Amino acid sequence: MNIKILGPGCRNCVNLTKAATTAVAELGLEASIEKVEDYTAILGYGVMSTPALVINEKVVVSGRVPTLAEVRTLLTAASH
Amino acid sequence: MNIAERIPTTTRGRVGVLIAGIGVWALAYWANEWLWNVILYDAFGLDPKNQITETIHFFLYDSLKILLLLVIIIFASTVLRSFMSVERTRAFLGGKREGVGNLLAAALGVITPFCSCSAVPAFIGFVAAGVPIGVTMSFLIASPLVNEIAIGLLLTLFGWQITALYVVSGLTIAVVSGYILGRLHVERWVEPFVFEVKLGGQTIDPSLGLTFGQRMQMGVEEVRSLIAKIWVYLLVGIGLGALIHGWAPTDFFATYAGPGNPFGVLIAVLIGIPLYSNAAGVMPLVAALYEKGLPMGTLLAFMMAVVALSLPEMILLRRVLKPQLLAIFITTTGLGIVAVGYLFNAILA
Repeated sequence: MNIKILGPGCRNCVNLTKAATTAVAELGLEASIEKVEDYTAILGYGVMSTPALVINEKVVVSGRVPTLAEVRTLLTAASH
Repeated sequence: MNIAERIPTTTRGRVGVLIAGIGVWALAYWANEWLWNVILYDAFGLDPKNQITETIHFFLYDSLKILLLLVIIIFASTVLRSFMSVERTRAFLGGKREGVGNLLAAALGVITPFCSCSAVPAFIGFVAAGVPIGVTMSFLIASPLVNEIAIGLLLTLFGWQITALYVVSGLTIAVVSGYILGRLHVERWVEPFVFEVKLGGQTIDPSLGLTFGQRMQMGVEEVRSLIAKIWVYLLVGIGLGALIHGWAPTDFFATYAGPGNPFGVLIAVLIGIPLYSNAAGVMPLVAALYEKGLPMGTLLAFMMAVVALSLPEMILLRRVLKPQLLAIFITTTGLGIVAVGYLFNAILA
């Protein structure tokens, strides 16, 4: 599984990265977590509101920090 | 598990939490003064007539009061604004001409949830969607200038007339500055890469598809993270306010920066621009200075200068705007704020 966190590196992006890392560990998934800070790349996903969560190249959350439970649900859904 | 995740998941549980929260809030707001009387004067036996004790009492009372107001203002505005998004705003602005576009952009800037860390992607996204630079700038100026925390606090501390003046003048500055920037054809001072960015096709609107519980959760999380971020500015502001309230001679400020000083507003704005704080940190200071005879126009101008133009945001915007455009942006907004200050001092005198 390929997870990307889009955002210029502010507090919200850090929180989202933390939630994603924790969720991946809890679920025991094999996943790569990559931070995307380049604006051109972020806009390339159609994202204007950061932070955004991208799972397997699909934007699933944008403009807010989802709770750990929500990230867990999203990751579980994507791993099936 | 953070606090936002402790909210119950059932509708009944959520309504219960909301009602209980409002109850606790109202009780705390109502008992605020009494509480500090009991603690300072009854439990510690301090002298209520002593000036130092009085200042401490004022500081504690004001801290709790502003904190309680902030909780409700941030929560309510986050939940309400979760129905709007930058994506939706861009859709509204697409194809609008300058003039009408500037007005719409400024108004949307107030109600669209927006954090300065999203300023750059939003700017590029607007430009890529064909929104004129001047209209985009109206949005970027109004967003921090007409601040929801300032609106809430002004409303409770100074009443609706001052609040209305603040909102209308803030919008006017954003509309006029953006329009002028548009007329100056500042496109040449936007970093060229901005015009080459291709938008992907996956745009998802963050305002859609959320349950009310999720919006409540966002409200709670925003209250927590914003207060964690600004509490230092808040305590410094309230502390200075308490000192001025208790110790500055009544006409001290009025003598030097009162209506008689023609440079009062200019000086207030020049002090305010480099000062980095939050509307919540500035307001206690504004209230204390107003009490000591400083005119409202000067104080509003000071507050606007503090919230509208901040160094961190300028550093972020430097990624997309060349120094010339940043300088024009700061100058037009700054001059607008100065003009509003003088106008209000004339009207309210």
